[in-house]
Amino acid sequence: MVQEIVAHPLSKYLREEMMPHIWCAGCGNGIVLNCFVHALDELKADLDKLVVVSGIGCIGRTAGYTNTASFHTTHGRSIAFATGVKLANPELDVVIVSGDGDLFAIGGNHFIHAARRNIGIKVICANNFNYGMTGGQLGPTTPLEALTTTSPYGNSEHPFNLVHLAAAAGASYVARWTTLHVRRLTQSIKRLMQKEGFCFIEVVSPCPEIFGRRNKMRSGLEMMGWFRKASVVENFSDPAKADITPDRIVVGEFVDIEKMSYEKLFHEKIAQINEKTMEKMS
Amino acid sequence: MPERIKHVPLDIEKVKPPRAEIHLIKNQCKGCGYCIEFCPKKVLEESEEINARGVHPPKIVNEDKCILCSFCSAVCPDFAIFVLEKKQEETKK
Ligand SMILES: Cc1ncc(C[n+]2csc(CCOP(=O)(O)OP(=O)(O)O)c2C)c(N)n1
Ligand code: SF4
Ligand code: SF4
Ligand code: SF4
Ligand SMILES: [Mg+2]
Repeated sequence: MVQEIVAHPLSKYLREEMMPHIWCAGCGNGIVLNCFVHALDELKADLDKLVVVSGIGCIGRTAGYTNTASFHTTHGRSIAFATGVKLANPELDVVIVSGDGDLFAIGGNHFIHAARRNIGIKVICANNFNYGMTGGQLGPTTPLEALTTTSPYGNSEHPFNLVHLAAAAGASYVARWTTLHVRRLTQSIKRLMQKEGFCFIEVVSPCPEIFGRRNKMRSGLEMMGWFRKASVVENFSDPAKADITPDRIVVGEFVDIEKMSYEKLFHEKIAQINEKTMEKMS
Repeated sequence: MPERIKHVPLDIEKVKPPRAEIHLIKNQCKGCGYCIEFCPKKVLEESEEINARGVHPPKIVNEDKCILCSFCSAVCPDFAIFVLEKKQEETKK
């Protein structure tokens, strides 16, 4: 073993003054961040062209941790802000890293319409099945019967199946991984970064401190143990059949299609209008 | 045995299998245990020592067995472990 301090090879992608991050021991958010910056490194991404956007929540801290241009927006509005950035300058790579509550509860409407329009925004959602930051309330992905501070007798709301939702709403790329699938997740993030149009990755992620402790998984290791036991890789299977249950977490890529992006259609339309106006004037 | 591997490779003296150099940034570790649990070669174990965050960071018990897969590094939520390849001169005994 080598004792002298050598910098972590990915530390250049992180804001040193913000480290260590605030996330609890075993929190999956750190793995999502790790895989994201690893993908940037493998892609040799042009950091001058990258904007990282987050909403509010534990995972929402990501925008403050990446050593890139970033935008920490209001709760539920990361997609709205990112839409503005992308339309103002379509050359930029706009990546959102945010939570299940931020993107699918308060921000649900933005999500479906961004997917429908196929705007070239890349969304990575850390799904930890609850609102971690505010003390563990149930959210739109909380499984039936799960215990949370607002479902102390067990959740009686059906959860969203995020990959089905994204696919049905029109996303060009849809995948789901868990924080145990670090290799495939990193490859998938590379794919997401390179594709045109609206792209979405759900990362099933442990929140041992708040969600796990109430649901008989007190440590990150126990939550990762659940992922290991329950996940099955089924690439390009039917996302409608990919509900997450205690016994089965279907992971893989679900959608990878070519479709013209909104920013291209939109800027083409503007060019057409300008051309017509010029013709009329001449 | 196939014919071609019956013979000792001509460059056996020159080619050394890559050896790992595991780096731990101990005070950054939050003690989740992922690197220990998910290492395919059981290279790491929990140590007795207590770091600046009040947890037991991992210790290296089997560096020779490390296959440089870097899974430990990829799964660490706290950027506290990474693995480099040892320079060849250093591995020569
Ligand atoms: C308009 C508004 N409503 C509510 C809140 C409180 N709030 C902060 S974070 C959060 C939920 C975060 O959940 P999620 O996006 O899943 O992130 P996590 O903390 O689980 O990573 C809520 C409701 C807020 N900050 N702003
Ligand atoms: S509360 Fe949950 S999501 Fe938030 S940092 Fe802790 S483990 Fe992670
Ligand atoms: S690189 Fe692979 S084999 Fe080596 S310590 Fe890490 S996980 Fe174990
Ligand atoms: S994975 Fe990282 S934080 Fe967790 S025990 Fe290993 S070095 Fe520590
Ligand atoms: Mg959440």
